[in-house]
Amino acid sequence: MGLTCQSSGKGVLREDFLSYETKSDYIVALAGNPNTGKSTVFNALTGLKQHTGNWPGKTVTQALGNYRHGQKLITLVDLPGTYSLLANSPEEQVARDFICFAEPDATVVVVDSTCLERNLNLVLQVLEITPKTIVCLNLIDEARRKKLRIDVEMLAIKLGVPVIPTAARSKEGLGFLKDTINRVASDAIQLNPLRLKYEDRLEVAISKLAGELEPLLPERINKRWIALRLLDGDYTVIDGIQKFLEKKIVVEGFAS
Amino acid sequence: MTQVTQITDLNEVVRKAAEYRETQDESVRDRIVSNIYNEAETLASSVVSHLERRVDWDRKIDNIVTSRILGYPLMLALLGAVFWVTLSGANVPTDMLANFFFGLEEHLSALFFQFGAPDWLHGLVVLGTYRALAWVVSVMLPPMAIFFPIFTLLEDLGYLPRVAFNLDRAFKRVGAHGKQALTMSMGFGCNAAGVIAARIIDSPRERMIAILTNNFVPCNGRFPAIIAISMIFLAGGVISVYGTILAAAMVVALILIGISVTLLVSWLLSKTLLRGEPSTFTLELPPYRKPQIIPVIVRSLFDRTLFVLTRAVIVAAPAGALTWIFANIYIGDLSVIGYVAGWLDPFARAIGLDGIIVLAFILGLPANEIVVPIMVMSYLAAGSMLEFDSLLAFRQLLLSQNWTMLTALNFMIFSLLHFPCGTTLLTIRKETGSLKWTVLAATIPTIVAVLVCFIIAQGARLTGLV
Repeated sequence: MGLTCQSSGKGVLREDFLSYETKSDYIVALAGNPNTGKSTVFNALTGLKQHTGNWPGKTVTQALGNYRHGQKLITLVDLPGTYSLLANSPEEQVARDFICFAEPDATVVVVDSTCLERNLNLVLQVLEITPKTIVCLNLIDEARRKKLRIDVEMLAIKLGVPVIPTAARSKEGLGFLKDTINRVASDAIQLNPLRLKYEDRLEVAISKLAGELEPLLPERINKRWIALRLLDGDYTVIDGIQKFLEKKIVVEGFAS
Repeated sequence: MTQVTQITDLNEVVRKAAEYRETQDESVRDRIVSNIYNEAETLASSVVSHLERRVDWDRKIDNIVTSRILGYPLMLALLGAVFWVTLSGANVPTDMLANFFFGLEEHLSALFFQFGAPDWLHGLVVLGTYRALAWVVSVMLPPMAIFFPIFTLLEDLGYLPRVAFNLDRAFKRVGAHGKQALTMSMGFGCNAAGVIAARIIDSPRERMIAILTNNFVPCNGRFPAIIAISMIFLAGGVISVYGTILAAAMVVALILIGISVTLLVSWLLSKTLLRGEPSTFTLELPPYRKPQIIPVIVRSLFDRTLFVLTRAVIVAAPAGALTWIFANIYIGDLSVIGYVAGWLDPFARAIGLDGIIVLAFILGLPANEIVVPIMVMSYLAAGSMLEFDSLLAFRQLLLSQNWTMLTALNFMIFSLLHFPCGTTLLTIRKETGSLKWTVLAATIPTIVAVLVCFIIAQGARLTGLV
């Protein structure tokens, strides 16, 4: 059937979710809870001056910025700050659709080191969608000041994706973060993302639906996650799929 | 394969999912969410350790600054302190700048006469454009250079969400959204930004209330005018502790009036045009963070102070020239400005202002920053020459135009409550996508401003205060 990513060209597809044509080598999504310093990370990486402020809900629109690292041009997409990806609000839907359907080469989840538990909820949900995730343990200076010790290696092992401690305001750890982004985007790191296990009867239903979705959706789309969303009764995900498929089919028809 | 079969197949899967959901006795969503939360909790507790038991200062501070009893008084005290610092700090540099510009004006004039420039050119360039610019810079720059960095520091520290927390109950009570406290805070910077920020409110009804009432807090463009007038009138243009405290108290009182009007109009709207129940939300109180002092100062100087000043200068220069021209073109024995102002005068007097002030507000529609420059230009052109070298001189100018305490008060009130600037109106048009609401966003504040000023003016006159 030939409905693969290669045949449609990533750039065209992404444009639909990005409304922005890009010539960059990698597209990287920046997700995170509100008020974790996401905008500060964004500004520090791209050198842009998006207004930052210490309150939740600062970033209401999607921002884009470019930077160069290791001879690659990277486009960074600052997604709206959200506490979850369960599509409770338009912001959550925007963030979720982008991570799932725009197929970013890597997704960086910025978390606040001083309240890790609340922030890990989002990390776990991102991992359900894409393995190509990097956890940016931001405000690590704040955590140190509060005498919190975080076992970074252990966290990385348990999550199965890179965890980079940063203090974006003082640029600490940003070089390492950039390196890691490039390595994840170029598939140079073995990723083994933590998979949430649901109770048996839900798991059975998930595998069954995922199996049925398998021939209907392109290879790179995560069917397990789509199945889970449908079982959750979240049909907004269908909008995303349809947008995705229409684009693909149009491109396919044009090519042949 | 075709698109049709694919979509049909997809619908089939959706149907199966729905079927499964029907067989479940408890919510699938709840199970999924609790699974995620449990996992996050286990993970976090296995990697995070506290090196020492420490006092939770954030919590302790929050218990005080958001307490029912101390919350509001502390907010007022802080606000008062900020304005007192601004006013007492701005006095000296303002006088110095005014002195400097006046000195320069003499040289400029001398230069013009030396080259035998005609009177009209000297008038247009020096008395019109240059003076308008000099006034804008010397009166607006010092308060802005002090106020904006302090405000940005408070923002960075994390105090604003606490303000929102305190005000949340008040906004709920009037049927609006608690987050409106945040969009209102943004309005203190720029009303157009406050209108855009209203996107964080999900309910369209409550978002509209937030948009329509954002204008009732003074923005960057209006703060300098309000601060300047209270500095000139209440502090008497001279440096005295008593005077600056009085002036600072006046600015705080104005802000309180602005917030009260915001609440009142929100209440009226939610009882009439935008009826409905307030929705609940969780407001996260972010941790207090040590502000990065140097970057904050640099950023607020460049992004806010210079931005506002540049905008003011760009608009004030042509406005100054234009005002001078209109003030010097005569129809009969009245200048164009005198003519229009005279026509507006009866109405203006009724609300405690004068024709020139109202004209300045109308001409100031593109940017609130130019209201005062236009007003001063018109007064200057109306004849009375004065030495322009200190705040005292500005006070003399206003007094010579029959300004009273009532004029000063109503000027500030009108500035606080009147129609939004052109940029804000365009933003409202874009955000609401409706001309009707945009017109309303201009009409409501105007009616409120006229009404309040009228009541104050008539009240003062009836009681014989003026």
